[in-house]
Amino acid sequence: MPSIWRPDLPSSEITPEGLYLRRRDFLAGGAAAATGLTFGLAGCKPKVVAPPAELPALPGATKPGPFGTAEPRTPYKDVTTYNNFYELGTDKSDPAANADRLKTRPWTVAFEGEIAKPQVIDIDALIARFPLEERVYRLRCVEAWSMVIPWVGFPLGPLIKQLEPTSRAKYVAFTTKLAPDEMPGQKTSALEWPYVEGLRMDEALHPLTILAVGLYGRVLPNQDGAPVRLVVPWKYGFKSIKSIVRVRFVETQPPTSWNRQNAHEYGFYSNVNPEVDHPRWSQANERRIGELRRRVTLAFNGYGNEVAGLYAGMDLRKNF
Amino acid sequence: MAARRQWLSRLAKVAIGALAMVPAARIGWLAWAGQLGANPIAEAMNRLGFWTLTLLLATLAPTPIQVVTGWKWPLRLRRMLGLETFLYVCLHFAVYLGVDQFFDLPAIGKDIVKRKFITVGFAAFLLLIPLALTSTDGMVRRLGFARWKRLHRLVYLVAGLGVVHFVWRVKSDLRQPLLFAAALAALLVIRVLKTWRPPHASRPARSAPATSAPRA
Repeated sequence: MPSIWRPDLPSSEITPEGLYLRRRDFLAGGAAAATGLTFGLAGCKPKVVAPPAELPALPGATKPGPFGTAEPRTPYKDVTTYNNFYELGTDKSDPAANADRLKTRPWTVAFEGEIAKPQVIDIDALIARFPLEERVYRLRCVEAWSMVIPWVGFPLGPLIKQLEPTSRAKYVAFTTKLAPDEMPGQKTSALEWPYVEGLRMDEALHPLTILAVGLYGRVLPNQDGAPVRLVVPWKYGFKSIKSIVRVRFVETQPPTSWNRQNAHEYGFYSNVNPEVDHPRWSQANERRIGELRRRVTLAFNGYGNEVAGLYAGMDLRKNF
Repeated sequence: MAARRQWLSRLAKVAIGALAMVPAARIGWLAWAGQLGANPIAEAMNRLGFWTLTLLLATLAPTPIQVVTGWKWPLRLRRMLGLETFLYVCLHFAVYLGVDQFFDLPAIGKDIVKRKFITVGFAAFLLLIPLALTSTDGMVRRLGFARWKRLHRLVYLVAGLGVVHFVWRVKSDLRQPLLFAAALAALLVIRVLKTWRPPHASRPARSAPATSAPRA
């Protein structure tokens, strides 16, 4: 902590004023102290918000895109050291610890199935294909914690239109890279590998849905799903599949990894829904990482105005 | 010689008792220093839960250890380890109650009823309370040893519930909870093997059904 008072302190290490001014919020609540474990004090420490300079900056990455939230962003360190990516281990800190083993070049993404223009696109060509923009989205994990993350990417919709889907393309199925030597988790039976996810066509085309290739203005770190991942902010985090190698357009609802693992607990849709409880977690509230008190969870993670229409007439308790 | 052995056994007790407090001290220190990661509340709960189960199994270990090695001195650790288990489960529950849920009693009530891993965990916590309260010599005397012993057999139920709590808690990677389940099973099997040994082991009485007394 004393090291931050150095005169040569890089600006990236300075706590933003907003966070600094809110520092006492973390201390609110003497009740917590009564338990003997004063977690609130953890909030006193200035946190590194900006990414380290090791990862290259992305062109146009700071151009703000639509739908951005003005909520305080979750520090870079938390976004990159606390997440689920079972391919790299089941502990929240495992993905960061094992990230170096994943090779992200060379990398191609195959687009196939019910499209007029099936093709295999090199990752760098894919990143260069559309102007990048920053999308500051809320991320709600099914485990009842949440973050605010400045992704860098491009909407999936225009890419899909370039591929010219046929009339039989009703769903989009995504697949993560399968490489047990690079991703030790794939040597365990924590899930069936490779990880697969899926969206209905209208969900995939929705302007909120993006392919993310960066974080905090720089290249996406491996542990967060490099080189390219899906971000669907109104669904639980596990729907936003990481390290994608294949995107297939299909006529019937594709299998999804967590649904295959436990169909009672994880549905195909998995829209954030405070009304539908999970057997392990109440979904009525959530802990925003960095905050002491839980906050109320919003339907569709607060994106109801944008996406509720997609599900008009559907029983979302049944189609959870 | 006997005095020396007694002194050693006392030293072992103090050392093991102190060792069992190290994880709690470490978790407290890390929480204070902001070193418990991005989600310190969940991390503290998980760690305290892990050590609760570890100490619970340690509390159940002395009898099987005696069966296998003949050592008697670990038997004298049981009350201390049991009370330390209770301390850890209290801290685990206190973090859930006061920090994680912030005394939101309706939400906690729903958790206990609807989330089965919390139902069994809470039941295990409740069942440990009478055991902690009757851990004194005075209570053993007041209850009478037979009744006291019967009451304290609840610890096996508590251990089972505790392990189930962990198994039901994890989403898919069952390796760690199943390790606890295996350890508990091993401890119980050794106990059962011990009770099934014929009472007078000097003569092979098992083959003669007439001599085996009916078990109550």
